[in-house]
Amino acid sequence: MTRLSAVADALPTGDAAPAWHFTLPGWLIWTGGRLLSGLTAILFISAVVFGATQILPSDPARVILGPDAPQASIDTMRHQLGLDRPVAEQYGVWIAKSLKGDLGRSLDSDVPVSQIVSGRLANSLTLMLIVLLVSVPLSFWAGIALALRRDRWIDRTAMSGLIFLKAVPNFIVGIGLIFLLATSVFRILPAVSLLEPGLPAIAQPRYLVLPVLTLILMSFPFLLRLVRAAAIETLEAEYVAAARLRGVPEKRIIWRHVIPNALVPAVQGIALMARILLGGVLIVEVVFSFPGIGTAMNAAIEMRDLPVVQAIALILALAVILINLAADIATVLLSPRLRTARKPRIRPGTRARIRQSAGL
Amino acid sequence: MSGSRQLRTGIAFILAVMLLALAGPALAPHAPDALVGPTYGAPSSGAPLGYDYLGRDVWSRVLAGGQSIIWMSFSASLLALTIGALLGMAAAYARGRVDQVIVWITDVLMAFPDLILVLLVVSMLGREPWLIVLTVSVAFIPAVARLARGVTMGIVQQEYVEAAWMMGYPWHRILLRELLPNLATPLLVQLGIMLTWAIAMLSGLSFLGYGVAPPAADWGLMINENRAGLLVQPWAVLAPVLLIALFAIGTNLAAEGYGRSKARIDEKQG
Repeated sequence: MTRLSAVADALPTGDAAPAWHFTLPGWLIWTGGRLLSGLTAILFISAVVFGATQILPSDPARVILGPDAPQASIDTMRHQLGLDRPVAEQYGVWIAKSLKGDLGRSLDSDVPVSQIVSGRLANSLTLMLIVLLVSVPLSFWAGIALALRRDRWIDRTAMSGLIFLKAVPNFIVGIGLIFLLATSVFRILPAVSLLEPGLPAIAQPRYLVLPVLTLILMSFPFLLRLVRAAAIETLEAEYVAAARLRGVPEKRIIWRHVIPNALVPAVQGIALMARILLGGVLIVEVVFSFPGIGTAMNAAIEMRDLPVVQAIALILALAVILINLAADIATVLLSPRLRTARKPRIRPGTRARIRQSAGL
Repeated sequence: MSGSRQLRTGIAFILAVMLLALAGPALAPHAPDALVGPTYGAPSSGAPLGYDYLGRDVWSRVLAGGQSIIWMSFSASLLALTIGALLGMAAAYARGRVDQVIVWITDVLMAFPDLILVLLVVSMLGREPWLIVLTVSVAFIPAVARLARGVTMGIVQQEYVEAAWMMGYPWHRILLRELLPNLATPLLVQLGIMLTWAIAMLSGLSFLGYGVAPPAADWGLMINENRAGLLVQPWAVLAPVLLIALFAIGTNLAAEGYGRSKARIDEKQG
């Protein structure tokens, strides 16, 4: 209707000046707005991260020069680091440099932060990517399989088991796996992920197994529950009953109805999982001494290495904002009603409801 | 397991862990920091769980080390529940500008991975327990606020709320007497879920070394201290691991069970 009337409006009506006009699809305008709000969030968070490091009691110049350095050299160092300039100016300089990829130098090792962080980031991303590649299909398969066998003993047992898995803190799962597979019970996997620094992480799969397994176990229950709930809802719908009565094979019902209907909650569920993983690597990497962004963050905090702490906090927050953005855009594009709406709007409380249905 | 059975099991787990942690210090045979045996000494009649990496009695340290995680996880979750519920209800009730501002703030806060926020604050300002509790609750507030807002949005336009408004009741009476009862079930479920997360986060923090300072006993800290000796003396690690797991599973079972028995989906849906 809308399109037709737009065409009718656009038809030349005598001497009216613009003979043709083009309307942007609603979702595109919405995406623009969503991008803007994401940008303001990033600005705000960068200000918080920067402000947090400002109230730190320790003086970076003193960290570099040591406690016995004379006041004169401390002052020179402060000047070199730009610490004697007004806070707002320091923030501006920091943002401008960060945008160019210059995250400063590590106070601890005097190496550019980007150099420290990029290698670690690659390792952590490898870890998270493998986890997602395994747990997303696993959650879909198991979630739908359980929905089809609802209330049979396998479903009940699995759902109870999932409560245990999602309750137990991730580092405890990790320690448990070390106990089971690397030390006391079986000794088939390395307990510590001592990656060869020259090789990419993916080339050393032995060291990836335990951290990946831990992260899978802590994250997939949430997505599985979402998929199962969505599948149950679809399987109960009248059009599925009608399709079954028409003799449509079960396989086709799953591919044509169940999976497409589970996609929208699953997209938000995957975003949720990615956010859980980003928090998870911070601790799980320490359990296995995996050289990723989490161990880097902890070492930097211990050393009071501000630029590294700032950079990693910013990168993680940025990642969360991008994940949320991507999930929201995918949600609008995947739901026909939102895609064609003039003013798409994800209903209030959607995320809250998805969180609860995932059991989070 | 049915919902009400899950709830009962969960509460039993929570109470068992709390009893052990609260009565523990009085029952401990040794002081938690007393060196009484060999390094990583095996369990014996005097020390049922053996000795830790410095030769301290593991059983005494297990008994003494559970208090901080219990009071901290409860106070962080309850604080977040109160503030978040008030914020969310206020947003849904006031609408307009107030709503937009609150939603924006929660959006921004949610963009911070919880643990990063806590790590930033703890690493910058120190490991004071009240500070950790405050930061963890700040990390939890957005989720509660969004939940409360979503539920309130759904009921604020119903006729009985409108009727109360038209009868000239003050806004706080409408919030507390008309809206809050509808929020009780989702908020209590959320409380249980938050407790689980708080346990994970707080024990994780003390595992990383940002919680209770070393000579004192603490479950999360014990896991980190003794994990190098996992092969020789697993009990020094497994005892705190099992207790934290039991506590976390208890809170989560209680939340799930309560939600399910309230939703009455037990018999019908499972």
